[in-house]
Amino acid sequence: MTEALVKVAFAIGGLMTAAAYLVLLERRMAAWFQDRIGPNRVGIPLTRIRLWGLGQPLADGGKFILKEEYTPAHVDRTMYVLAPISILTAALAVFAVIPFGGALPSLDVGGLGWEHPVPLVVAPGADIGLVYVFALNSIAVYGVILGGWASNNKYSLLGGLRSSAQLIAYELPLGLAILGVVLASGSLNLDAIILSQASTGTWLAFSQPLGFVIFVVAAFAEAARLPFDLPECEQELIGGYHTEYSGIKLLLFLVAEFLHMITAAFLIVILFLGGWHLWGLTGATAETNWLTALLRTAVLLGKTLLVILFFMWVRWSWPRFRFDQLMAFAWKLLLPLGLAHFLVIAVLDQIRTYVLAPRLGETLSAWLLVIPGVGVCIAAWIVVGLTGPRDSTRPRRPGSAARGVSTA
Amino acid sequence: MPSDDSSIHWVEEPDLGLSGRMCLPMFAQGLTTTLRHLRRAISGHPVTVSYPDEEPEIANPRIYRGVHRLNRDAEGRVKCVACFLCATACPAHCIDIVAAPSPWPDREKYPQSFTIDELRCIYCGMCEEACPVDAIELTSLYNLTGRNREEMHFDKEKLLSVHDATKDGEPCRTLRPADPGGDP
Repeated sequence: MTEALVKVAFAIGGLMTAAAYLVLLERRMAAWFQDRIGPNRVGIPLTRIRLWGLGQPLADGGKFILKEEYTPAHVDRTMYVLAPISILTAALAVFAVIPFGGALPSLDVGGLGWEHPVPLVVAPGADIGLVYVFALNSIAVYGVILGGWASNNKYSLLGGLRSSAQLIAYELPLGLAILGVVLASGSLNLDAIILSQASTGTWLAFSQPLGFVIFVVAAFAEAARLPFDLPECEQELIGGYHTEYSGIKLLLFLVAEFLHMITAAFLIVILFLGGWHLWGLTGATAETNWLTALLRTAVLLGKTLLVILFFMWVRWSWPRFRFDQLMAFAWKLLLPLGLAHFLVIAVLDQIRTYVLAPRLGETLSAWLLVIPGVGVCIAAWIVVGLTGPRDSTRPRRPGSAARGVSTA
Repeated sequence: MPSDDSSIHWVEEPDLGLSGRMCLPMFAQGLTTTLRHLRRAISGHPVTVSYPDEEPEIANPRIYRGVHRLNRDAEGRVKCVACFLCATACPAHCIDIVAAPSPWPDREKYPQSFTIDELRCIYCGMCEEACPVDAIELTSLYNLTGRNREEMHFDKEKLLSVHDATKDGEPCRTLRPADPGGDP
């Protein structure tokens, strides 16, 4: 009980701080990508100490709390308040099953400490971890739709509608990509998935690169990050579903959005990039000593930070999708690819289990699967390139027949 | 306007081409572009500066449009001949000139008073272009402040003092052949 409470306190405190500082990081990155300097002034108040702007998140938080929290008269009050609360709750609750590293070994300092190794998960041994994560991720849609609906504003409603369509569409390829992971590791428990990758040293991104690509793309869409930020696209919807929110309620939405990105980064690392595993550094079994336990946490968090940096990098690199392109991408491209990939992985996994593993051993057979995995990825890439739309779908000059499209 | 009007220039989106359909080349192109800018900003060459701590470098002061000045001729007299061309050209109507017969033999009129409302001015530079004797010019002084509106009405003395303050750094912009005091 105490252990769980301490873990919850650490997780929530750490995550909120991380989200606040990631906002600062994102603003600095945005500035750098645009040849600017970015926020670098706020340090310790009432002094001239600037600390490279590290006081900015506190100042931002204070600003959000002190701002007038205006509730428009035309909103549905209950739902309006419920929306940010539900979205943040769901976003935080996901972290109950996400491991932040391996397990801490037992400790005894003058009677204080613990007897058994302490896994760095709030709810250890959750065998349905992955299902739980996706169940809660789906609840985030409720927050978005409730916010859009309760605001009683057409822009908010449009944002909410777009969001629901997008999140539902991209959950399918996300799930299909995960099926491959579950087949390969034989478990829904996130710890077990990391362990199975660590035991052979083959991260699933190597043996299932196509699944990795599908998962990353769908995770971007699920986190509503550019180039898939249709739910809120500032230029079209003035902010989408949270247009009518201000003050602390808006802050809850923004924090929840960052938490979604952190969740997505954690999942990418845990499912496909080996979690806390790094060859020759962190060991490959569940037993740990203090050094490997700390190393594992550092490796996992480091990988997650790299993925988050990639998220921020991508944000400034590509333009946003149009909505029909977004839908076509999910239903016409990612879904068939995901199905085909799942089929191939299922066959390969059977071959590994019954043909390769008994003869060559687990590790070698896992590495051997990298070859067909990469082959499938390249084949899919070529197929997509050759069958993709040859010309644009923009409306053309009236009277001129669209190229490549039969007018008969 | 009908959509098939001949004056409409239709820009058609180019085809994707193979690299576009293969996605990855475009994908890498976007990333490398942003990476180039990231490198530039981190290595210490961002476009912006930390303004109050650091003064921006004005690349070419000769074409910058900041605070006005009234130029003096070689004898230290105001160059202006009170022709009102600048006041006529001014789209913001911020120039107020009172002309008087010139005390000097080389021109008919001179400005008895010459006032620019720096708050009304939009710093378009039309006055500078209109001036036939290169008397009014925009300098590269950009951080203009004042405590009240009256202070921001720059009169002739003030505009001449701007010239005195900036003439070393920024010589007269239009370099006409030297005019030995004859008719302009």
